Amino acid sequence: MAGHRLAIAGAGSVGRSVAELAGEYGHEVVGIADSTGAMVADSTGGASAASSGEAAADSSGTTTGDISIDVASALARKDRGEPVGDTAPETIFEVDYDVLVEATPTTLGDAEPGFGHASRALAADRHVVLANKGPVAERYDELQRLAGASAGCVRFEATVGGAIPVLSTIEDLTPDAVTAVRGVLNGTANFVLSRMATEGLDYEHVLAEAQDMGVAEADPSFDVDGTDAALKFVILANVLADGGFSLEDADVTGIEGVPRSALELAAEDGQTIRLVGEATREGVSVGPRLVPEHGPLAVSGTRNIVQFETEHAGTLHNSGAGAGGPETATAVLADVGRLPSR
Amino acid sequence: MSEDNDGSATTARSTTDDEHAAYTIRLELEDEPGRLQRALGPITEHGANLRSIHHERDKRTPRGTIPVEIDLSCPPAQFDGLVERLEATGVPIIQAGERRYDRTVNVVLIGHLVDSDLSETLARIEAFGRASVVDVSLAAPEGTEGASCARLQLAVEDESVADALAAIGEVAAEKDLTVVEPLIGGRS
Repeated sequence: MAGHRLAIAGAGSVGRSVAELAGEYGHEVVGIADSTGAMVADSTGGASAASSGEAAADSSGTTTGDISIDVASALARKDRGEPVGDTAPETIFEVDYDVLVEATPTTLGDAEPGFGHASRALAADRHVVLANKGPVAERYDELQRLAGASAGCVRFEATVGGAIPVLSTIEDLTPDAVTAVRGVLNGTANFVLSRMATEGLDYEHVLAEAQDMGVAEADPSFDVDGTDAALKFVILANVLADGGFSLEDADVTGIEGVPRSALELAAEDGQTIRLVGEATREGVSVGPRLVPEHGPLAVSGTRNIVQFETEHAGTLHNSGAGAGGPETATAVLADVGRLPSR
Repeated sequence: MSEDNDGSATTARSTTDDEHAAYTIRLELEDEPGRLQRALGPITEHGANLRSIHHERDKRTPRGTIPVEIDLSCPPAQFDGLVERLEATGVPIIQAGERRYDRTVNVVLIGHLVDSDLSETLARIEAFGRASVVDVSLAAPEGTEGASCARLQLAVEDESVADALAAIGEVAAEKDLTVVEPLIGGRS
């Protein structure tokens, strides 16, 4: 596999981990942007050919020489609270890149700026690898139409289940042979419920503890109200049904109303409660569900698990870290590795 | 019980080689000495074969009685007479016949259960006829005024699980209760 030249939009935990790990996977980072600035190959003096485009393209997809930006210095700037680079954020689209890694924060509704970034890259016949859930949860059909008209491809393994191979598993099984996908796809909600159950603590107590530990964000609403998990199951339903779903089609209940006593009652009959989602070709639901205490779906802590119900292969489970910078970056880079050379 | 065996197990229950059929009778007994014996009398006197008696003294119905499930076999012609004799003893019969619930599932209800009349909620769930409430446990840590939780264990036929849950959802929505459903469909 030839290495790809990556332009990375977003320098949060996932974007920066992709930048840091890209070299290990044989790829080069030719640009990285955050919301206020960008560092691109031709601005570092490392690649005189990058701005003209033709020189690099001459070698038919294989990268020529050291055109990578200085990732460490870009991230050091970010750590000091400065923009990653001195050029405007859009300049990452002007360098000669093969793959746009879209890792800006997930937004609902119009899914901007992620959707705009993806469509700009596709219009230029570049590949797009998403870590941002918005474009595939909220505007899946539009995005696929743009991809259909482009020489570039769209992949989005990292949007569902972090490091866990979920979409590639469905791809291997073929979507038609998967009847349902269920599971636990929000680590924060799972941490809260599993700790409430094992320690007999109240919701508010455990949530505060999770915030102290950095497991829950300062504003954990999207995690505890089920939105984050719902976006992932909407993406799964889109993959199974070849589109047609957005967040508003999902039936979503959060865990805010689950008292400790509910977990205690569930335990009387060997059950526990987890925030479980389900995606089928018919629809999407996410809510607290009773599952056997020692069953596969009762994962503990921030662990995620995905259950595939298949036509020919029975029930399969994939489990692991559903979030985290380096973890999610491995899913991004696995997608990059699956792309054809341009 | 594995799902694959359900079909054949049902057949085996309902016909036997000596023209007996298998039946399940579900009763509720007062927690008083001799009640079970009195209930079994009409069954054995009619020449039925007792196959199993499921009787858990520590489980109570919402009415405070002890649920008892009796599996028996007898010639079909004798079954109705047997049930009549049993009824004559005053024992409440919850179910008598060849139909048998396949499995139990739990649901947890959260909300103002006491204020919204839990026993009426249970009665309405039973009234849908899709499931029988076999066990209820209630936790009201904030007293009867505050939000509380109840775990209902339902006996239900495999094919009626979704309908039973939908029926519970309907009652719960009306009473503003949250239902924590079991994950069905998945072999979790």
